[in-house]
Amino acid sequence: MTGGAEIRYSGWGRALSAKATLARPERLSDIVALGPAVGGRRSYGDAALNDGGMAVDMRRLDRIIAFDIEKGEIESEAGITLGDLARVTIARGWLPAVLPGTGHATLGGAIAMDVHGKNHHGAGSFGQHVLGFDLISPTGGQRRVKPGQPLFAATMGGLGQTGIVTSARIKLTHAPGAVVALRERRVADWAAHVAALTEAGDSYAVGWIDATAQGRDLGRGIVETAELSAGEARRRGGRPNLPFDAPRLALSAPIVRAFNAAYFHRVPLAGRDRIVPYEAFFFPLDAIGAWNRLYGHAGFHQFQCVVPPAAADGLRDMLAEIAAGGFASPLAVLKRMGPGRAGMMSFPMEGLTLAVDMPNRTGVVALIARLSQQAADLGGRVYLAKDSAAEPAALDTMYPEAAKWRQAVAKADPAGRMVTDLVRRLKLRETA
Amino acid sequence: MTETWMILGATSGMAQALTRDLATRGAGLILAGRKTADMQAIAADATARGAQAVQVLTYDARDNATCDALVAAAEAAAGTFNLAVFVGSMPQQSAIDADPDLIAGTITDSLSGPAHLIHRLAPLMEARGTGVIVGVGSVAGDRGRLSNYVYGAAKAGFAAYLSGLRNRMARKGVHVMTVKPGPVDTPMTYGLPPMPFQTSPEKVSAAILHGVARRRDVIYVAPIWRLIMMVIRALPEALFKRTRF
Repeated sequence: MTGGAEIRYSGWGRALSAKATLARPERLSDIVALGPAVGGRRSYGDAALNDGGMAVDMRRLDRIIAFDIEKGEIESEAGITLGDLARVTIARGWLPAVLPGTGHATLGGAIAMDVHGKNHHGAGSFGQHVLGFDLISPTGGQRRVKPGQPLFAATMGGLGQTGIVTSARIKLTHAPGAVVALRERRVADWAAHVAALTEAGDSYAVGWIDATAQGRDLGRGIVETAELSAGEARRRGGRPNLPFDAPRLALSAPIVRAFNAAYFHRVPLAGRDRIVPYEAFFFPLDAIGAWNRLYGHAGFHQFQCVVPPAAADGLRDMLAEIAAGGFASPLAVLKRMGPGRAGMMSFPMEGLTLAVDMPNRTGVVALIARLSQQAADLGGRVYLAKDSAAEPAALDTMYPEAAKWRQAVAKADPAGRMVTDLVRRLKLRETA
Repeated sequence: MTETWMILGATSGMAQALTRDLATRGAGLILAGRKTADMQAIAADATARGAQAVQVLTYDARDNATCDALVAAAEAAAGTFNLAVFVGSMPQQSAIDADPDLIAGTITDSLSGPAHLIHRLAPLMEARGTGVIVGVGSVAGDRGRLSNYVYGAAKAGFAAYLSGLRNRMARKGVHVMTVKPGPVDTPMTYGLPPMPFQTSPEKVSAAILHGVARRRDVIYVAPIWRLIMMVIRALPEALFKRTRF
């Protein structure tokens, strides 16, 4: 692995950044695990950051190694994006079984975060469809890791702390065509929203919440349910790109309220059913390049937590608190989760998950810390791929297998070479 | 299969990007270069993305005997046969100044080696009366500069060769396109201060396919470089010899 470049880079939210020496290997045999792997940098906070240290930019390692069209399995270098994997596989009637909300995340990143998609209630997490991966250890040496081995569960959702995943083989799901049959329905309030998501029998289900709505309307939004489908969808034109940071005013409270109201009323009262391109459903925000610049120079945070089904109404209280504080943005998402998870530090648990973007304004860090504590008190947890403001104290309550994971990681990376800003901030590898 | 592309210097970043784009549209591929293991990985990726009948052949610009297998593969190629040439080497000018023996290799890699192969493939393409030859030159060939004039001399020679070849082949229905990428984000430039108007391998590939479709003769990937080099070429020697780039 030849020299590195000193680069300042940030998480997707742009509120946190780091200056690190990034190596950028061109071939698998060039990788040395001198620092944590960095992929598409779509984690919102500091999960990919290593301020003052080393890191390995994996994005040049994006070659497909083998695509078994009969069995529906694909093996690829870890720097490939999930969007690229989806494009290649859908042309042959397959699709990754789990896709997160952006196609710019890499295969390695999807493993490090054990990501979930709009079908989590049925399909489980990304890691549950991983058949094996190659791991370069910070202590030297490379090994194939298979499901069932302790290192597998320590690596899935393991925040890159066990070493560098260089390639992985995943199981695909059948896709009859490059489109989804999408059903959109308005839901008037919180109870209707939760009921619609809980009762949806579809493979994919997600709810958009108008986070500015308060009082009687609190929790109103649109529930999207979908199935993979065959057929034709109307194609959209080129992909616009946000060329500069938006001014502060762009996401001021009145504008967000107006936008959300329009977005809500876009779906007719009776709902609507249509066929849309698969990318438009799976990766809606990827249609606008660099949309994170909408939040201006200061950036933004995303708070995401999951709580058990019985504590679902706790999320309503969080929403009320966000709306009352004026932190609501156009992006707020509610989803049902199943129990599926592949790793000791995986985020998913059976219940409901809420994700809300919030501009990086005074008071937001304290608010997110409060919300995180509420999630812990409700028996839930925050998603570390999104986090930038949780308090270390609550982490072991949220992640009951943290102690076990800590031991596995201490063995895999005794010198602490893979530590990131997130791991340091939350003291994830420190024994109490 | 309607087209087969031979990619010379297949492990370069630009070549990999073009290979991927061609694979996606289902082209046949003959990858040629020195690093066989790397080419095997690129071939596997191309196959997964839809390329037909991907072959990997050893080619060394400094060993004309390696051309035999390439000529045979071109003769056997299905559909329209096309060639894209990415070979070349650029030792530091300071290294060349310290060891003039490096000059011969630089000129072989960027000029006489690929010209030898193209000359052997040309009759075959003329006979078929179709196909495209894409030659990757460099803005460095537009004027000999202090920082890399041996490399620049080789690329200037290659540009002149392609220009004459274009004239010859056009009479037989074969199109020759010269590509001048300008600074590209590659392993060679990674970590250096970013160059002005730097482009990416993916953009080079897109520009090549766009240019080929429109049968362009000479393309600059970032059009600004056509302008910059026009100005640089217009500088009188008396002035130019005092510049340092």
